[in-house]
Amino acid sequence: MTHHHDHDHDHTEPPSDLELRVKALESLLVEKGLVNPEALNAIIDTYEHKVGPRNGAHVVAKAWADPDFKAALLSDATEAVASLGYTGRQGEHLKVVENTDDAHNLVVCTLCSCYPWTVLGLPPAWYKSAPYRSRAVSEPRAVLKEFGTVLDPDIKLKVWDSTSEMRYLVLPQQPPGTEHWSEEKLQTLVSRNSMIGVELARTPESLNEDQA
Amino acid sequence: MQQFPFQPRDDEGPVFNEPWEAQAFSLVIALHEKGLFSWQEWAAVLSDEIRDAQQLGDPDLGNTYYQHWLKALEKISLLKKLSSSDELAERKTQWHSAYLNTPHGKPIVLSAAKK
Repeated sequence: MTHHHDHDHDHTEPPSDLELRVKALESLLVEKGLVNPEALNAIIDTYEHKVGPRNGAHVVAKAWADPDFKAALLSDATEAVASLGYTGRQGEHLKVVENTDDAHNLVVCTLCSCYPWTVLGLPPAWYKSAPYRSRAVSEPRAVLKEFGTVLDPDIKLKVWDSTSEMRYLVLPQQPPGTEHWSEEKLQTLVSRNSMIGVELARTPESLNEDQA
Repeated sequence: MQQFPFQPRDDEGPVFNEPWEAQAFSLVIALHEKGLFSWQEWAAVLSDEIRDAQQLGDPDLGNTYYQHWLKALEKISLLKKLSSSDELAERKTQWHSAYLNTPHGKPIVLSAAKK
């Protein structure tokens, strides 16, 4: 049978069950005065267009360029990040963990998908997936390898499990040869994945390759 | 999607795949900001939902995340007595009828359910 609808009366095909469920809940909550439709639109707009990993890239580049800011960031990240105008909406604390010559950091949320939204936006699909959530703990080096990140066996790997109260942001190592770069230019080296810890920061060479 | 100069280029496309995901997301943020539940309470309900889905055989690869989110939102709304399950089921049926009663291309309004 082909897709012949009964056209006795003109109608609109109802959307999926999921859409109907959201519509039902939203219209009830609006009616009861528990949510304001304009506030809902503002939230969507903020997360779709205004909050994204470039906030985090700003934080990292500033830490690379400004030792005082870096010290403040490592001692109280919540406050240092707020000084740049990035504040959490869920009252969570932020901790910044620094990659060094001896230690590499990786962030996961094993329970659900807690994530430092204020600096990274919303998490990518793989971060929310069950395989990443379990394997980041059970075999982190194998996970890193899948992202093309191979660490020297001597480098200690620390895995940070996020919670609703505590989120983590990785401070990647600054690539050599970029010491005199402006903060703005440094931001181009900071990828979202490097702030989750599955990759390293981009190198000036890799930027050139992208442009070639 | 618009690219910003400093936006890392490994972005996996838009934040939300479908409009209903954005709606479900914003409802949770709005209710939380209104003080109707704490973020800890929300995270607990959401992680239970994800665990239950996995036990029911969801491979949980990240693409079903907002389905868990929506289910958790319905659950916390009942828990906090913001809505009842009868009310939700009835309203869902009403929207369904409103679609069927609205000529194609016309805006869907809830009052159309009563035809």
